[in-house]
Amino acid sequence: MATVEVTFTPLPAHVRTARLVATAVARRSGVDESVLDEVRLAVGEACSRAVEAHRRHCPRQPIRVELTDHEERFEVVVTDSAPASENGAAPAAGDGGAGPSQEGRGSPRPGEHSGGGLGGITPPGTTEPADLQLPEGVGLAVIAGLADDVRISPAGAGISVRMSWKRRPHPETSLRLPGAPRIPGQRIPSFV
Amino acid sequence: MALEDFVDLKLNHYNKDGIEVVDVEGEIDVYTAPRLRELLIDLVNKKNYQLVVNMEKVEFLDSTGLGVLVGGLKRVRAHDGSLDLVCTQERILKIFRITGLTKVFGIHETVDEAIAARKAEK
Repeated sequence: MATVEVTFTPLPAHVRTARLVATAVARRSGVDESVLDEVRLAVGEACSRAVEAHRRHCPRQPIRVELTDHEERFEVVVTDSAPASENGAAPAAGDGGAGPSQEGRGSPRPGEHSGGGLGGITPPGTTEPADLQLPEGVGLAVIAGLADDVRISPAGAGISVRMSWKRRPHPETSLRLPGAPRIPGQRIPSFV
Repeated sequence: MALEDFVDLKLNHYNKDGIEVVDVEGEIDVYTAPRLRELLIDLVNKKNYQLVVNMEKVEFLDSTGLGVLVGGLKRVRAHDGSLDLVCTQERILKIFRITGLTKVFGIHETVDEAIAARKAEK
């Protein structure tokens, strides 16, 4: 299980950096090419949401992105430190920290919100009248429509948005030397 | 303005058949979206109420960008105007589909088609 971790100052300019890193790691992890655009967009949405929350409440705290290559899936966790009550995506009570799990891909459900801009709907530094904005929660709804699984849960002072996608199995091309441990799913070519 | 502002997002606009066409190239996200927003506001302030935003060279669009387009649409509609999009890229259209905004925006395959459709409505 390989993990890449990126920590960045909550500046809008760094959201692109996080997207690029996530896409590169996802590709290396075996996520299908056709899905990489979805990974990029979902990670961008989650990071944009976190950046906006931090700029309002804790502009000096970094945002953390963890990219983990699990056996059957690729997982991205974006964690912020903005107060959960102002974060706008607090999980339902009584979940034991697991948070609501979104089905994803066709059944988006905006997170619960009590204020604050979710998904970076209004560009930071601008004051957009409310009637010209998208409804809150659009960013999380977009993520739910892109990832195979989405979970939102409390994490320290803030929340974490956990997204995952299925990945291809390991390539069945490498040879196994006698006595070497077998890689699950590996097909050994026969030379007899 | 920093050099990377022009590298991440390029904006150009011109008038064609009485309709202001905005060519967008690059990535529209939380960092670059304010520039597009400022341009759309500026065009409306200069009484350009018929807009076509050409997104054929847009490489990335997130909900921040959608918000800017929605804001622009609402601004022109306040003057009985219109804001249509040109986009054939499925990876960009996907976020419109997920959010249901394909039902809100007129989305066309070419600038000429968008202009013709708008003219036909008049």
